[in-house]
Amino acid sequence: MAVKIMIPTPLRQYVGKQDQVEVEAKTVAEALSKLASEYSELRRHLYNQEGKLRSFVNVYLGDEDIRFLQKEQTPVNDNDVLSIVPSIAGGAAQ
Amino acid sequence: MALRIRAAQRDVIYQHAARDYPSECCGVLLGTADGESKQVAEVVALKNLRHDPRHAQELLPVDDPARETERNRFLIDPLEQLRVEKDARARRWEVLGYYHSHPDHPARPSVYDREHAWPWYSYVIVSVEGGIAKDWTCWVLAEDGGMFNPEPIEVIE
Repeated sequence: MAVKIMIPTPLRQYVGKQDQVEVEAKTVAEALSKLASEYSELRRHLYNQEGKLRSFVNVYLGDEDIRFLQKEQTPVNDNDVLSIVPSIAGGAAQ
Repeated sequence: MALRIRAAQRDVIYQHAARDYPSECCGVLLGTADGESKQVAEVVALKNLRHDPRHAQELLPVDDPARETERNRFLIDPLEQLRVEKDARARRWEVLGYYHSHPDHPARPSVYDREHAWPWYSYVIVSVEGGIAKDWTCWVLAEDGGMFNPEPIEVIE
């Protein structure tokens, strides 16, 4: 089943400047893992050293945050759209 | 790359920063990039999710919620970000970067800013002193992620 993954601008340089990539997958975890296998430079931006999805990376299935679904075990279907949304945070020094 | 922005758009950012003082404000810069410069087409003010500590803490926890508040931290709601990004794509624009304010602090990136930055995006910082926006700077994360490099801002009158 093909799932579309939307790539935000800062990460497009690691996926051949594409703004979306299609992969065959049954879960969110499988989709992201295939993406990172195909584009190895992307891996360090998505996963931490323990191989877990970084806390700065939000993943949406349609308009739903996967944190509030079944996290990375959330099933995906044909034509689903996954979006990688980088956390945008900051602030003045204390 | 330089960030090219109209004077009226700078005014929108400055006014937002002054209005939200003493809290930090944040927003997104949409437009086009051609490899030499980023041309801002639209500035969109977004809400600082640190005003809703419970929700913010669920999405991106801070170490010390009592001291790290909307006064010295900002977080953009990823769902709002997703909607803005979809809208931008429909208009053939890209997300060029983001802006935020530093109330009563210089327009220089903090360690926290750098730790949370992504490559390629332009990060505009506005210094607000006593409720008046005084200065702004723009930064881009270095390729290795170790430091911010200044990015020139070209204001088009």
